[in-house]
Amino acid sequence: MEKFIRLDALVAPLDRANVDTDAIIPKQFLKSIHRSGFGPYLFDAWRYLDRGEPGMDCSKRPKNPDFVLNQPRYQGAQILLVRENFGCGSSREHAPWALLDYGFRALIGPSFADIFYNNCFKNGLLPIVLPAEEVDRLFGECEAAPGYRLAIDLPSQSITTPEDRVISFEIDSFRKECLLNGWDDIGLTLRHADEIRRFEEAYRARHPYYFVEESAA
Amino acid sequence: MNAKTLYDKLWDAHLVRQEPDGTALIYIDRHLIHEVTSPQAFEGLRLAGRKPWRTGSIVATADHNVPTDPSETEIRDPISREQVVTLDQNIRAFGALRYFPFHDPRQGIVHVIGPESGATLPGMTVVCGDSHTSTHGAFACLAHGIGTSEVEHVLATQCLIQKKAKNMRVRVDGSLPPGVYAKDVILAIIGRIGTAGGTGHAIEFAGEAIRSLSMEGRMTVCNMAIEAGARVGMVAVDDKTLDYFRDKPLAPKGELWEQAVDYWRTLVSDPEARFDREVVLDAATLKPQVTWGTSPEMVTDIEGRVPDPASFADPVKRDAAERALAYMGLEPGTPIGEIRVDQVFIGSCTNSRIEDLRAAAAVVRGRKKAPNVKRVLVVPGSGLVKKQAEEEGLHRIFIEAGFEWRDPGCSMCLAMNADRLEAGERCASTSNRNFEGRQGAGGRTHLVSPAMAAAAAIAGHFVDVRELLPASV
Ligand code: SF4
Repeated sequence: MEKFIRLDALVAPLDRANVDTDAIIPKQFLKSIHRSGFGPYLFDAWRYLDRGEPGMDCSKRPKNPDFVLNQPRYQGAQILLVRENFGCGSSREHAPWALLDYGFRALIGPSFADIFYNNCFKNGLLPIVLPAEEVDRLFGECEAAPGYRLAIDLPSQSITTPEDRVISFEIDSFRKECLLNGWDDIGLTLRHADEIRRFEEAYRARHPYYFVEESAA
Repeated sequence: MNAKTLYDKLWDAHLVRQEPDGTALIYIDRHLIHEVTSPQAFEGLRLAGRKPWRTGSIVATADHNVPTDPSETEIRDPISREQVVTLDQNIRAFGALRYFPFHDPRQGIVHVIGPESGATLPGMTVVCGDSHTSTHGAFACLAHGIGTSEVEHVLATQCLIQKKAKNMRVRVDGSLPPGVYAKDVILAIIGRIGTAGGTGHAIEFAGEAIRSLSMEGRMTVCNMAIEAGARVGMVAVDDKTLDYFRDKPLAPKGELWEQAVDYWRTLVSDPEARFDREVVLDAATLKPQVTWGTSPEMVTDIEGRVPDPASFADPVKRDAAERALAYMGLEPGTPIGEIRVDQVFIGSCTNSRIEDLRAAAAVVRGRKKAPNVKRVLVVPGSGLVKKQAEEEGLHRIFIEAGFEWRDPGCSMCLAMNADRLEAGERCASTSNRNFEGRQGAGGRTHLVSPAMAAAAAIAGHFVDVRELLPASV
């Protein structure tokens, strides 16, 4: 996983509540057996005027001029401002893969759906939760000022606005460590392999009925 | 005081280790796998030179991409086929306790076949790369939907990294009136608490109305816990739970069964257990529900009307309602009963079990599909459900009414196969998500119970199923 330490980047505002993972990456793209290549299809139904299919050359497709990410001022944005309950719906990890592949490294919103939130961290995408009023204010500032950037500093858990206002945010310490170091969860967990094995043995003795077929085999 | 909730008990029983900040490793009993969210996980495993920790925990099936039209014996779409073939190869290479491939008589939607085969048992931790894994909570399981990285993590370590959620109880008191089903209960709950109402919580569904539901009904309720924002939904063990598993193929037998039952009986919340949040509904006041928008919380009952966005005080909600009505092609104030439908879908892991098909058939018996309804798909959740329905003659009732009787799969729940809506088409659907484009780009979905879907197919528009039911029901 790629490390996340600091990011000073252009911000794009996506002003809708309850953006679901079907909207982030529609189901026809879930047929891929790979992790990459989803960026061109991010928000496909909103971004393009035609119907997207996997394998299409998106550079030739008609774009929806009203969709925020198609506006010239937001090209190259790496931070996405979102509204409540972003990422609700399906557990598809294709959603954070698509956001990352498009170029986003951080999301800022008042709340995220649980599974999506978790999936972001597994891929080095930082979802930041701020109070709704603060998010409102950022939306206002971002829309008012073309070229609006934010500087995110994970070690100090702070965001600095162009006017040098500093906003601090909360993050779980384990997730923070993983992001800062680019650690792979599986490697970390396997350090406890002996402990897992001991647990499993005791568990099996207590609950043999969950291991019936395996014992018979 | 050491009183525990059901969730506390399940958590404690599976806790391998916990860091000072609360990050924990939870041992996983059952890992359900399907073709869409697993290929990248197996690939990751292979790249790292790792092996599954315990293949005996794995049960796999192909469900999302498979065709449900019985005349299609092959998967025509090459990309869908590749995904199903990749699952075959991965399961063959790495192994599993059970695999129900495409064409197997027991193949079906992963959340239907898990309980049906006894792969899901009370008290287990169950994970699957699918958000509707919460379904298995109906059996007092701690069942989580997970992402693909977590699928790989569970494959490699048999554990899931978790932080404990808060405890929430949703109590539905009283008894359900005729014509009101488990689906109406969960839609009404989501309407009350909202799609983020359960975020960060594990929900236990309790109360007389939940206890009186069959196991199928409880699965319907837990299935949509995720639509209320909760990754986990549960119902405590009772006699119905135990009866359900008595003859299931993978359930323990003889002495082991007795031993299991002794443990399973403890899987209830202690009477003094504390919940961080509690919501109470009165079942007697519930009516058949119909969603009108593009989020499951945008719901009203059959006697209601499409709301006016201006009636929402919260600007974010008002904006969402405006967008939803534009997408759905609906005018504020329209009575729900005047909304006409183009297609009807009876299926999905929410409502494709035998009881759902029986409820739909009871409405359809002796009636015909309305001429304005182009197509009605009835898609059983598994090969075994299909077989049982045919033994009961339900398929004949559907076919005589002009419905299509299909093979098992996810089908038009998410339209990854050929079953889908055309842009602008309106569907009465028993599935769980009415998101934009969910059932096909531009398609318009209204979530309802199987009986309400069947009634809409007969009437050509939404109609109060209570008026169509035989008096004896
Ligand atoms: S039926 Fe629908 S919700 Fe259920 S597993 Fe299949 S696609 Fe997901």
